[in-house]
Amino acid sequence: MGIVEAILLSVITAATPLVLAAAGELVAERSGVLNLGVEGMMIMGAVCAFAATQITGSPYLGVLAGIAAGALFSLLFGVLTLTLVANQVATGLALTLLGLGASGMIGESFLGMQGIKLQPIAIPLLSEIPVVGPLLFRQDAIFYLSIAIVAGVHWFLFSSRAGLKLRAVGDSHASAHALGVDVIRTRYLAVLFGGACAGLAGAQLSLVYTPQWVENMSAGRGWIALALVVFSSWRPWRVVAGGYLFGAVSISQLHAQAFGIGIPSQFLSSLPYVATIVVLILISHNRRMTLINTPASLGKPFVPDR
Amino acid sequence: MKKLLLALATTTAVLGFAAAASAQEKAKICFVYVGSKTDGGWTQAHDIGRQQVENELGDKVETQFLENVPEGPDAERAIERLARSGCGLIFTTSFGFMDATITIAQKFPDVKFEHATGYKTAPNVATYNSRFYEGRYIQGQIAAKMSEKGVAGYIASFPIPEVVMGINSFVIGARSVNPDFKIKVIWANTWFDPGKEADAAKALIDQGVDILTQHTDTTAPMQVAAERGIKAFGQASDMIAAGPKTQLTAIVDTWGAYYVKRAQAFLDGTWESTSSWDGLKDGILTMAPYTNMPDDVKAMAEATEAKIKSGELKPFTGPLNKQDGSPWLKEGETADDATLLGMNFYVEGVDDKLPQ
Repeated sequence: MGIVEAILLSVITAATPLVLAAAGELVAERSGVLNLGVEGMMIMGAVCAFAATQITGSPYLGVLAGIAAGALFSLLFGVLTLTLVANQVATGLALTLLGLGASGMIGESFLGMQGIKLQPIAIPLLSEIPVVGPLLFRQDAIFYLSIAIVAGVHWFLFSSRAGLKLRAVGDSHASAHALGVDVIRTRYLAVLFGGACAGLAGAQLSLVYTPQWVENMSAGRGWIALALVVFSSWRPWRVVAGGYLFGAVSISQLHAQAFGIGIPSQFLSSLPYVATIVVLILISHNRRMTLINTPASLGKPFVPDR
Repeated sequence: MKKLLLALATTTAVLGFAAAASAQEKAKICFVYVGSKTDGGWTQAHDIGRQQVENELGDKVETQFLENVPEGPDAERAIERLARSGCGLIFTTSFGFMDATITIAQKFPDVKFEHATGYKTAPNVATYNSRFYEGRYIQGQIAAKMSEKGVAGYIASFPIPEVVMGINSFVIGARSVNPDFKIKVIWANTWFDPGKEADAAKALIDQGVDILTQHTDTTAPMQVAAERGIKAFGQASDMIAAGPKTQLTAIVDTWGAYYVKRAQAFLDGTWESTSSWDGLKDGILTMAPYTNMPDDVKAMAEATEAKIKSGELKPFTGPLNKQDGSPWLKEGETADDATLLGMNFYVEGVDDKLPQ
């Protein structure tokens, strides 16, 4: 394996959890719900996926447990913000703090255990293609899922009737409600989907990225995913582009160091974040474009008239 | 109203008396941890030391700890809380707690403080550290014997003297066996991010190193080394579980002996501010079993360990050059502790530019 392939392979591993979490959050935000608890849902997914894998011996059951944990945790957010109309920003932040604490508690007895890695699946024929084959078609199930999810989200949002309704709810919940769309139900489903994706992203961390459980192992990746949603101006495929760009910058800075390039490592370490900010500035510079895509009722609570 | 006040006053007095009485019975010894007590690395090693204090001093002491205390302003609050709650002796166990410890120590002159790996002391603040570099020297020698390519990878956390000292000692050890040995360094700029540590490990291996060592806290690099089939060294704890066929040895922090000694001095009333820097010979640092290596390499490592313990071998002894080739220590000259504790330059053989 050449060094370029090796770098690309690391980039894919680093980008997948970001893409997954951001794709899920994108759907929630398109429905008008701002859930800042991505980091918390992700870490819950990571710990539950690891625990389930250790107990059952099957990383696939672990993946399912991660998805379920993320979804269940987001249900808590849904109940608080959609049914009880709590403030979304505060609830999301609380969800992150709760997730970090709760995952530490759940994971305590799994610390230091040898992880079981989710093995790659080689796709027949396609995996034989030089360079592209090993990179794209000899990956683990979560990578394939991440691409399928983005494609699915894109199709759902822009080509399906239900997706149209979801966007309508996000843009003007009052009008959607008047037209007979069940706003609360739509938002619950969107939030649950976002939680499931964050949970899956967490499972990737503890089963693929580094097959082990350590506290706070998400290390801020949930926040990067949140930034990616804005970065992508709420378009699914741009989430992929952004996620891979971020992954590429963070991996290449490590390689730059190993090559002995004389740039301060602190600066190199901050590059991925600098890149995110620069792109955010470029995007928000074009105000019209941002406004077109931003869900108009993002973060606003919906209280139906009774 | 008067009655209520009287009742309150009585309760307070009784409670106060009870607290004073229990304080007399048991000395409260407290610990501030930067990570989780089961992190498998740095903090866990300190907590094992704390447990040893409880086991050996039994009924005379009571210990308490705070985990996951972030470095910075929060650390001050955490330390102050312990000082207020009646702790007589407080160990703060991360370099980044240094200023917070000094600040709170000024506010509580009757409480004794001990700060791990710092350099600032006060009449009621002692410092303690471990000569990790002695273990890293042995690791360097093993690396030079075991590496086919003559290049090792080093995952470093932050460019502080402690970490630079470790890198230099590793290189000096390696070059004592193979004068052409080189190392590549990646600064992760974190103590703790398994994903990033794993990525750094992969980057180093992809660039051709065939031995890996780390000065970050998780076992992720060991895992990557195991996956890629190269050898590696553990950090702070024995990480053999993460790489049964990978780990050559590990430097293991064993703080217990020091904690018991200091707690006893505190109980006896003989505690005073010191700057302690013990090493392999004092048992504050031990080497995990030498595994996954041929017998002759193991014999060499054991011989070196014995020489360091007896004082016959000091890793930072000349002739040594700085990275640019300019002379640093003359033949037979040994660097003093102050130089080591403020170390901000590389020795010859490091393939990296030190972040300033």
